[in-house]
Order: sequence, then C-alpha cells, then structure tokens
Amino acid sequence: MKLDLKVDVHHLTRVEGHGNIHVKIRNGVVEEAAWEVVETPRFFEVMLKGRKWDEAGILTARICGICSIGHTLASVRATEHAFGVEVPEVAQKLRMLAKHGETLSSHYLHLFFLAAPDFLGLPSVIPLVESNPGIVAIAARLKGNANRLCDLVAGRTTHPVSIHVGGMAMMPDQRKLLAFRDEMLRNLPDVLATIELFKTIELPDFARETEFVSLRGETNYPFIGGDLISSDGFYKPESEYRSMTNEYVVDHSTSKWCKLSRNSFAVGALARVNNNYHLLHPEAVKVAEMFGLSPVNHNPFMNNIAQLVECVHCTYESVALIEEIAALPATVKTKAAVKPIAGIGVGAVEVPRGILYHEYEYDKDGRVVKANCIIPTTQNNANIYDDMGELAKKFAVKGMTDSKLELLCSMLVRAYDPCISCSVH
Amino acid sequence: MKYLSIEPLRPKIAVFDFTDCEGCELQLANKEETLADFIKVIEIVNFREVSSIKDDNYDIAFIEGAISRADEIERLLEIRKRAKTLVAFGSCACFGGVNRIKNQHNLSKANQEVYGDLQKDTMPVRAVKEIVSVDMEIPGCPVNKEEVERIVQCLIWEATFPFPVYPVCFECRQRFTTCLFEMGEICLGSITAGGCNAPCPAGGLGCWGCRGMAAAANIDEYFEVAKNYGFSRSDVIEKMNFFGGFRSITGAK
Repeated sequence: MKLDLKVDVHHLTRVEGHGNIHVKIRNGVVEEAAWEVVETPRFFEVMLKGRKWDEAGILTARICGICSIGHTLASVRATEHAFGVEVPEVAQKLRMLAKHGETLSSHYLHLFFLAAPDFLGLPSVIPLVESNPGIVAIAARLKGNANRLCDLVAGRTTHPVSIHVGGMAMMPDQRKLLAFRDEMLRNLPDVLATIELFKTIELPDFARETEFVSLRGETNYPFIGGDLISSDGFYKPESEYRSMTNEYVVDHSTSKWCKLSRNSFAVGALARVNNNYHLLHPEAVKVAEMFGLSPVNHNPFMNNIAQLVECVHCTYESVALIEEIAALPATVKTKAAVKPIAGIGVGAVEVPRGILYHEYEYDKDGRVVKANCIIPTTQNNANIYDDMGELAKKFAVKGMTDSKLELLCSMLVRAYDPCISCSVH
Repeated sequence: MKYLSIEPLRPKIAVFDFTDCEGCELQLANKEETLADFIKVIEIVNFREVSSIKDDNYDIAFIEGAISRADEIERLLEIRKRAKTLVAFGSCACFGGVNRIKNQHNLSKANQEVYGDLQKDTMPVRAVKEIVSVDMEIPGCPVNKEEVERIVQCLIWEATFPFPVYPVCFECRQRFTTCLFEMGEICLGSITAGGCNAPCPAGGLGCWGCRGMAAAANIDEYFEVAKNYGFSRSDVIEKMNFFGGFRSITGAK
C-alpha cells in the first residue's frame, strides 16, 4: 500500500504546558509515533529542601495553576502524616468540598474550552461567543460556580490560602455555602444541557488494553487518601506509592515516565471510574450508562465522558457536603495543633488528571530534608506514547490525510487533559 | 460598539508562557461573569492554552513565567521584536517568582538529584526584564483578574493605569480583616504593593509579598515591627525571598 503520512506538532495547543507530536508513516507502516515533553524543568523537589513545614503547601501549589488545590491537599496530607497530626472531621469535609470545586472547575474547563472545539470543528471556544452564546453562558455558569465555591472554601481558586497543615484556617460563611448549594441545584439544567451536547459528538472508535491506577474507595468514591489499586490487580497502601509508580528518566522528555505491570499505565477520570464505578452517585451512574461507559473501558477518548460523569457525581456530593457542613456550629474547631517532629510522610490525592503523590522527609525542626512529587501526567506520558503508536497503526488506512491524522493524535493527547508543566515540576 | 461616539481599539493580544505553572493565563479564562465581554473587547490571536490559532501579528504580548532555558531566551527576543507592548504577566515574569528559589541551590547538583545521568538543559532563573525591555509589569501569584480587566481597558483606550502606591495592609483594613501579625503569623502586607484586595490575609494566611515591594515601603521600620511580634530578620528575609520581589533589599540571586 502506498500510504505516506507525516505529523509534526510543535507545542500542541489547548493543553496545559509544552509537548510535541511526531508521527511518520511510510508505505502504510508506522515508522515513528512519538509524544515528547519539552517543558522547562523547574526543580521543585530541590526548591523544597530546607523550607519550613508550613511553606511546603504554599510552594507546591505553584507546581500547577489548574490543580493547585489538589497539590496543596497532597502536600499538607504528607506533612500531617510525617508529624502524626489528626485532622478534625469538619476540616476533612471542607477539604473534600474544595476538592470537588476544583474537580468541577477543571473538568468543565477541559470539556468546554479544551476538548469541545475539536468536536465542533473550531480552533477554540472563542468563536462560540458570537455564534453560540448559549453554550458559552452554560460553560461560564458551571465553571464560575465551581470557582467561586473554591474561593469561599479555600480562600482562592488558584493557589489556595486557607488549606493549612492540621486542617483549614476557618469555617466559611455557612449562609454563603447554602447559597452555593441552591445555585448548584438551579444549575442542574445546565448540567443536563452539557450532557446533551456531548451526546451529539462522536468519539473516535479506538481502544487499547490498558492498566488503570487510582485510589481505591471503600465506602465513598475516592479523592483524598487511602489505598492504591490497579486494574491489573496490584494493591498497595498509600505509603508504598513508589512501587505503584516506578518513575524513571528518559532521554527525549523533560518529564519522567512511569510503569507498573506493563510498559505503561493510565491515571485520571477514566481510571477512577473504571476502578470505583460501584461507588459513583446513582445520578452519575445514569449518565455513564447513557454513554455506554462501564468498567473496564479501554478507549482513552472516553476520559472526556468519565470527566462528565464525575461532574455529575461531584455536583450531588457537594450539595450533600454543604448541608452537612452548614448543620455544624459555626464555632467548631477547624484546625488541630501542629508540632513538627522528624519523620517521613506521604499524601495521595486524586486531582482532576489522576492520582498525585507528595512525600516529604522532615528534620526535627520541621524543615524539609528530602521531597518527592509524582504527578498524574508523569504517570500518563508513557501511556499516551503507547496509545499514539496504536492509534497511528489503526488509522494508517486509505483515505487518511496528514491533517486528519494530526487532529486525531492531538485529540488523543487532549483526551488525557495533560498537565504538562505540572509533570515537569 | 462605540463609547461617546468613539470606536475603541480592539488590540490584538498574544499570551506566551515560559517557566511557570500557567495559573496566571488561566485567570484570563476565569471571572466567568464578565468573560464574554472581556473576549469581545480584545482580539486573541495567539494563546496556546486555549486556542489553536497561532498568529504572529499582535499588538500586546503578555509574557507569563520566568526565563530559565536558552530556547526561552530566543523565543522571548523574537516576541520582543514583534510586540508593540510587552507585558510581564504575573510574579514569575516580573521577579522570577517562586522559581527563583532554585537560584539558592547548586544547579548541577539539583540536575543530578532530579534527573541522574540524563540531565536536562537549565540555567539560573531570571525575570523577563533581565532579558528584554518590558513596557508594563502586572505582579501577583496569581494575577488578580479584576485588576487585569481594568489594565486591559486602559490599554484599549491608551490611558495610563494607576498602579496603587499603597500597600496590601491598606486593603486588609478596608476589608476589616484581622491583622495576621496579631494572630501570630508573619505578614509582609505593610511593605508589599497593594492592588490584589488582600485575599491571603482574609483567608487566614499572612501576605508573603507576591506583588513585590510597595512604592513607599519603610523597610527599617518593618524589621522593627516584625521583631516586636517575635520574627527575626532572617525569618523576614526568608519570606521576602519566597516570590523574589524584594531582591533590592535581600540581595538574593
């Protein structure tokens, strides 16, 4: 077969950070299909050395502008484990609410601003401001509600200020919280409209058998802490995250890569849904069923749908959480006392793009001796690479063009919603 | 859309990111209640994080991030040539931001520690103005979108934006926020440039100076005040070096 194709994407658009795609097909045979991360390294693990315990969360929030709440949560959890601090229950609820706010904000950002334009044949969401203001208004309402919820609970959406080691700095105004619950319920028709919009899109027909790694929920769909599980049957406590990630350095990328029982594995919304489907809110399960998403789904493009399912889950969970928090006395203690001791602690948190680990070793004065952060996209990079090869092979067929293949490869990377600068921290 | 029968400029805007977290550019897509209007008054021609259009013909370039690799210097020089107005956008671009903490460490040891034998290109972190001339600086970690909106309005009407000369401390007082010093926390609010509306102290965290030094800061007096609250000179300097905006005082790299 005479089929020659070439894709060269320098600095892929509508993703967070800098990555390149190279695909070369000659006579129908895939000679190269590469995903390359070229982001500038920042050396956060080195910057953390010598910093005080109450600075680690503020500093590591700056690893990522989108999931800074998740980084702060993983950071304070690692520090609390190192010092043996018990976090008050109300603070745990407030943290979960902030987490849901971030998941909603990030997922809506990805679904509307980063992913949807491909399916609508547009370069960005900007032309929709004129051509379909209704959709833009829905996106703005849903994302705005989530961001303002984060502002209220965490003090600020990007780089939060109220999540401290030991708990939360303060109880947010409970009347304002209840107003958010009402707004979320009022916005349910917008959520339905979003589901309808995504029903009209056609995902590429592609699957590759993949290992999925996430937190393992026991009674609740998991977001903060707990055991780790892989769909291939691996099962580890949080503290043994290194044996779940096996990070290594590669020549062609400034991000590290990870592997487990195979050459690569995936984390993220699809991994969480695949591994914890039975713990989703019933309304979220209904949406999963509408899209034929059931475990274990091996189509990476379904990560978009898994995010949508999680939006429904987080909306209903947030409403319930707000009611629980609002029923508590406003004077309830939100923060435990912290006394630094020498020790090591790990914090695992499911951030929007997958499972995130922070580990710190402290000296007796509470200064960081050693730090390690393993980012979701770092774990996904090898999987994206392997998918790319398989995708190129599958679509190296008659009628395929350079531009069609470029779009497919770009959509594949975007489906993972990669946080590339995060992965090169 | 005319204002007082005058057609406003619709500047072509580009957003570029370097060594950073991309949190400042994300603010451009936030504050959803005015987002549609914000997009209508400008023309976004190059903004990799949200659009696939890449047009090198722009009036205003927003530069996000610090500079820490040779290819970043090349890209920045090229942007400087094309942009009529170049804006350092966020604390990383203005001062180096938290990235500058890296400069306190030995770089080759850092590289060895993170990447082992497969080391990556890197160099000491620098602010944008240490490489090219900058027409305007918008500090903040992250920037405050409300302030950015007002600045962009001024750019459209070719008016000068009056950056506040008062410190963050002033904004806490307007919000009736309890003083963080009184709560036992270190706070640089009385010597840090205002304009953020003081979200950190309101959320229970002292100001760590992400917007850099206020115009009329009395640093000697500040060291005395901090001492009275139990914070040593080195405690204060450690915080001043967190975002890199007080290097004229601390002499940090």
